[in-house]
Amino acid sequence: MNATTTRVTSRDAARLTPAPPPGLLEDSPVFPIAAKRELANSQLRNNLARATETIRTKRAIRVAEVPRWEDLRTAAEAIKNATLRHLDDYLLQAEANLIKAGAHVHWARDAAQADQIVVDLVKASGVDEIVKVKSMVTQEIEMNEALEAAGVAAWETDLAELIVQLGHDRPSHVLVPAIHRNRAEIRDIFVEEMGRYGTPAPDGLTDDPAELTAAARQHLRDKFLRARTSTSGGNFLVADTGTLVVVESEGNGRMCVTLPDTLISVVGIEKVVPTFEDLEVFMQLLPRSSTGERMNPYTSMWTGVTPGDGPQNVHVVLVDNGRTKALADPIGRQALRCIRCSACMNVCPIYGHVGGHAYGSVYPGPIGIILTPQLRGMSAPVDRSLPYASTLCGACVDVCPVKINFPEVIVHLRHKAADLKKADRRPHMETLVMGVVGWLFGRESRYTWVTTASGLVGRVLKAGLDGRQKFFGWLPWPATRWSQARDLPIPASQPFRRQWKKRSSSPGRTPEGLSSHDRDTEVRP
Amino acid sequence: MNARDEILRRIRAGVKDVRRGAPVDVPWRYGQPTPMVDVVGRFVERVEDYKARVERVATPDDVPAMVVTVLADAGVTSVVVPTGVEDTWRQAVAAAGMRVVVDDPPVGKAELNEIGAVVTTASVGVAETGTLVLSHGPGQGRRVLTLLPDVHACVIRADDVVSDVPEAIARLRPAIDERRPLTWISGGSATSDIELARVEGVHGPRTLLVIVVG
Repeated sequence: MNATTTRVTSRDAARLTPAPPPGLLEDSPVFPIAAKRELANSQLRNNLARATETIRTKRAIRVAEVPRWEDLRTAAEAIKNATLRHLDDYLLQAEANLIKAGAHVHWARDAAQADQIVVDLVKASGVDEIVKVKSMVTQEIEMNEALEAAGVAAWETDLAELIVQLGHDRPSHVLVPAIHRNRAEIRDIFVEEMGRYGTPAPDGLTDDPAELTAAARQHLRDKFLRARTSTSGGNFLVADTGTLVVVESEGNGRMCVTLPDTLISVVGIEKVVPTFEDLEVFMQLLPRSSTGERMNPYTSMWTGVTPGDGPQNVHVVLVDNGRTKALADPIGRQALRCIRCSACMNVCPIYGHVGGHAYGSVYPGPIGIILTPQLRGMSAPVDRSLPYASTLCGACVDVCPVKINFPEVIVHLRHKAADLKKADRRPHMETLVMGVVGWLFGRESRYTWVTTASGLVGRVLKAGLDGRQKFFGWLPWPATRWSQARDLPIPASQPFRRQWKKRSSSPGRTPEGLSSHDRDTEVRP
Repeated sequence: MNARDEILRRIRAGVKDVRRGAPVDVPWRYGQPTPMVDVVGRFVERVEDYKARVERVATPDDVPAMVVTVLADAGVTSVVVPTGVEDTWRQAVAAAGMRVVVDDPPVGKAELNEIGAVVTTASVGVAETGTLVLSHGPGQGRRVLTLLPDVHACVIRADDVVSDVPEAIARLRPAIDERRPLTWISGGSATSDIELARVEGVHGPRTLLVIVVG
């Protein structure tokens, strides 16, 4: 993904910032393998269960306070759809207004280009360190590593991102990236690492969240005050004014967009909204959906350069990086409505068990499994496996503030993954089995033969097993991999079609030869 | 082809199918109030819910004494004020023995970091969400003023409190058209990043004091 990034695998190698885990995200193991690895970590499961339960409850309370919640969701969906349909016009309008307001606008077709633009701008500002507002798109383009390779230290300033960065870790949640860490682990990370990269943790630091937070405030204050260049993302970019919006809690965002001389905002092209008035819809939906608050503590809105107030050298980098590919897919494009609230992962039974690291992407959970394969493409095995990381239960649909139909996109992407398997010349067991099944079911005579044979198997087995066992257990190779997580019912001794025929020919009576005890399927003509 | 043209071309190619369809109807009436019996009462309740201190005074004449009270209770010894703040407030704070610095000429970052509190006005209050919005004109000053000091005392007129976000957005349109920055403040700075337990006070002011006038 990013040609300019060179990864340092040893955490002790000469680096400016803590090294993340080695390897590229798209080289991650496929989801089922990674999920198994994560499930083995009972601490993680414990932390996740508590955290997601808390946030689900908070969200539900705050959403219930708003009588027009459904109307807001419908409006948000419509605004985003209307915007995506004329995305080019709105981007050009935003660009014109930003330039009028004294900002410089840059366009990046992919991650490598976005990173290069940021590196060049940072270098031109004459600094060797920057402070960062938490931003998903800068995670997506792996901007920190590009800067590190160029000799610039990028300091995360969001508390959770700081925990992740100091912990040589990766984020596991869109909103609360350190959701997988508990207070004791965080204390240990702070004590161990803070001193290596700036103000050390105070002596006798306990695992009380208030103390840990105070330690982060102290550690970062210095970095904020001396920073001359910063980067941010943007929750919204308002086309008719050129205004950027950063929604946050801690005030680190305000520090980053206010204190330095140079501000570089990296914004995905789908973040544009047509008018300032559209914010009235999103500013009601986003805080309640994400942190379960009526309003987040701080929101900063700025339009280019404000003379005498804040950064006087303002840049905006508009990033595609796969978004136009998603936009071209009539079913997949709805993922671009996402406002990164993270409500979907908090309700997802899969995410709630395995956590964010199993997804091999900065976007985990339901939004991750529909966004990642569209942004990155499906050439990597992990990206082909992601659409299957769902039970299709639809809990995410109910909470999504922009009404993304997750199951629809998931099934669509599974179809794509299956087509890729078919197109692949190497043999795949699933493709082979499906081919055989397709051939057998393709003609009635073959189908009848199959059902007769399975009925025979059923009768023999039932007689042998005394009718007590309803399912096969373990199956011999090559079906082992399938059977280890699923139950295969013992076939009916009478195929359904035969039961049906008998039933229809003798209406109102129990089909001949079938006692109610022996009947596998209840037949209701 | 440069990146800009390339991205615009990809967008146009990607949305061909929907552009041929009917325009998208946005079923939303903008700028509508949210019905509530007591707008200012709701505002007070919601701001207090963020663990901020809220005081109501009857007239503008009562403000200076109340500003002194809330600052003194917070243990403040030094205060910065932007230009445009009422002289009477400043005089009252100084008379109470606190050091007062006016942000004219602009105070440096390092000095601001050492000052205990800031006193400003606000442009709009949002009752439903307990939010103060600063548009950083006279009386509100540069954004950094309300960021580095640990205590923020904010005075808002009851007339400037609206029911909910849509009305607030409508009132803020002129400021946005003038390209003023906006800061929306809902309680003190906070985080829930450690086990989702809310902790008040991270990087922004840890104490928010609100005085509602009228």
